[in-house]
Amino acid sequence: MPDQTTASVEGDLSKAIAGQTQTRLSALFAEQATWVFLAAVICAVGLSLMTDTFATPQNLFNVTRNFAFVGLVALGMTVVIISGGIDLSVGSVVCLSAMVVAIVMNAGYGFWTAAFLALAASALTGFVNGALIAWLRMPSFVVTLGMLSVARSLAMVLSDNRMIFEFGPDEDLLFDLGGGSTFGIAHPVIALVLLGILTSFLLKWTRWGTHVFAIGANERAAVLTGVAVPWVKISVYVFSALMAGITGILEAGWLGGVTTNLGQSMELAVIAAAVIGGANLLGGAGTITGAIVGAALIEIIRNSLILLGISTFWQGAFVGSFIILAVAFDRIRALRSTNL
Amino acid sequence: MSVLQLDGVAKNFGAIEALKGVSLTIGKGEVIGLMGDNGAGKSTLVKIIAGNFRPSSGRIFLQDREVTFHGPLDARRHGVEIVYQDLALCDNLTAAANVFLGRELTRGFGPIRINDYAAMNRRAAELFQELKSETRPKDLVRQMSGGQRQAVAIARTRLSNADIVLMDEPTAAISVRQVAEVLNLIRHLRDQGVAVVLISHRMPDVFSVADRVTVLRRGTVVADKPVAKTSPEEVTGLITGAIEHA
Ligand SMILES: Nc1ncnc2c1ncn2[C@@H]1O[C@H](COP(=O)(O)OP(=O)(O)OP(=O)(O)O)[C@@H](O)[C@H]1O
Ligand SMILES: [Mg+2]
Repeated sequence: MPDQTTASVEGDLSKAIAGQTQTRLSALFAEQATWVFLAAVICAVGLSLMTDTFATPQNLFNVTRNFAFVGLVALGMTVVIISGGIDLSVGSVVCLSAMVVAIVMNAGYGFWTAAFLALAASALTGFVNGALIAWLRMPSFVVTLGMLSVARSLAMVLSDNRMIFEFGPDEDLLFDLGGGSTFGIAHPVIALVLLGILTSFLLKWTRWGTHVFAIGANERAAVLTGVAVPWVKISVYVFSALMAGITGILEAGWLGGVTTNLGQSMELAVIAAAVIGGANLLGGAGTITGAIVGAALIEIIRNSLILLGISTFWQGAFVGSFIILAVAFDRIRALRSTNL
Repeated sequence: MSVLQLDGVAKNFGAIEALKGVSLTIGKGEVIGLMGDNGAGKSTLVKIIAGNFRPSSGRIFLQDREVTFHGPLDARRHGVEIVYQDLALCDNLTAAANVFLGRELTRGFGPIRINDYAAMNRRAAELFQELKSETRPKDLVRQMSGGQRQAVAIARTRLSNADIVLMDEPTAAISVRQVAEVLNLIRHLRDQGVAVVLISHRMPDVFSVADRVTVLRRGTVVADKPVAKTSPEEVTGLITGAIEHA
């Protein structure tokens, strides 16, 4: 994954100037992602010692695959949060995308046609979100809350609320993409790694990425300096919807059947992953590594509840508390730095 | 030939008449001190010149040609740069990224382009050196002093070869030493033929650096004369309204 520093490429002029800039190690420990990663590792080690079911290849395979879905959607969510917005519609878009794939393949079309249509439908929801937010300046919370309802309802209309479990001639391809593995690594995990690298790269190395951060920190400054703010915002919501769309396709393949409650309240786990990983709900800050590590931590905790025989009803309490705790830590840090 | 000429520029915000027919001419390399009480319309005037607002009526000429700006980018293309009162900086970006915000340097081939951080940091360092500012290009703006932030905002205007630079209270929130530096920069701009409009509440700044003082009161120009032919006392009277007109 691209590094946070670009020290190696700079000349000696800036090296001299950067004399005071923090070292790599201290920068690493200033990152929330590092601490969350440590927490995840500690949990994993603890679980392997406490139970003999955690560290089995099958369970680890399941854990990584499960967190990959939340992680994939969290990639898009992190970008949205960095830009100062929120996307509550992702869970429903996952469902809509999966449903479009299912229906089109069920009707006898090939996988690629179905996947294209599913991603087009997802991108359209993202475009509508982004256009309302950027052009009509509506709060992202309201717009995407509405889309949460609209997208799931569309999935119900399309499927007549049936479960679809027959996928036509390309069924094997779909099942392999979502449920298969290469070199022992589940395909959704590979997708997460590749798209995670891509997203990090876009954020760090392109003008688009710089503009996303700029808009999240000071939208007015971005407008005044000539950043195409509305287009960047729209692209951010389309990006988020596409990540949800890809996730929907993979989940359809993994589950081998699609129902209209797929991805229900997934947005909560996704937002938790992003925020635990250091994304600031006020905008302007967030990392992809953080989102992935955050998603991993949530899944490990979820898995541990099951393995330790604690009722899964507690999951919601954990995820919710995590969001609140992560934001609380952020507030405390902000208060401390303004009081200096 | 004038660099900038305003002819009867007015601006209403709903019922508020922020500017009531302002006419003004600025020559090449001239420094204008724009003064006036809070709410007199100084920022509004400067924002109209910078293309942030469209005037409700009146005309704007650059190099004797009438122009209509469609936004700040358009004005910038015509050689007008502005330093905003709140500096318009992004705290979470580095000094160099802020300097280049909206016009980042990139490298690559064809449509695939990546940010050229090395070049941006190098160029920003040069600009800060010109400004004699101890601002490090790779530091985050969040950690910077008021003077350093000012340097970042001013460095921005130096990226292009502007004919006119508008500054909204650049010396309001910085140390005495930094004020001297900003005033030096203004002289430096003037020596290169750049016209500067300096909004300031600080009489000493205006009298040390400006060629002319223009006083706005409730949206009207009440005085426009060379600094040599006026005094801080007279300008104070004009600002408060104790002196009606000059
Ligand atoms: N965007 C806006 N919408 C409505 N009214 C505005 C707007 N901008 C300025 N005004 C009004 O226009 C008038 C002039 O404001 P302006 O900001 O130009 O004053 P100023 O001379 O820059 O004052 P200060 O010294 O406080 O910066 C004020 O009455 C202000 O309230
Ligand atoms: Mg003002």
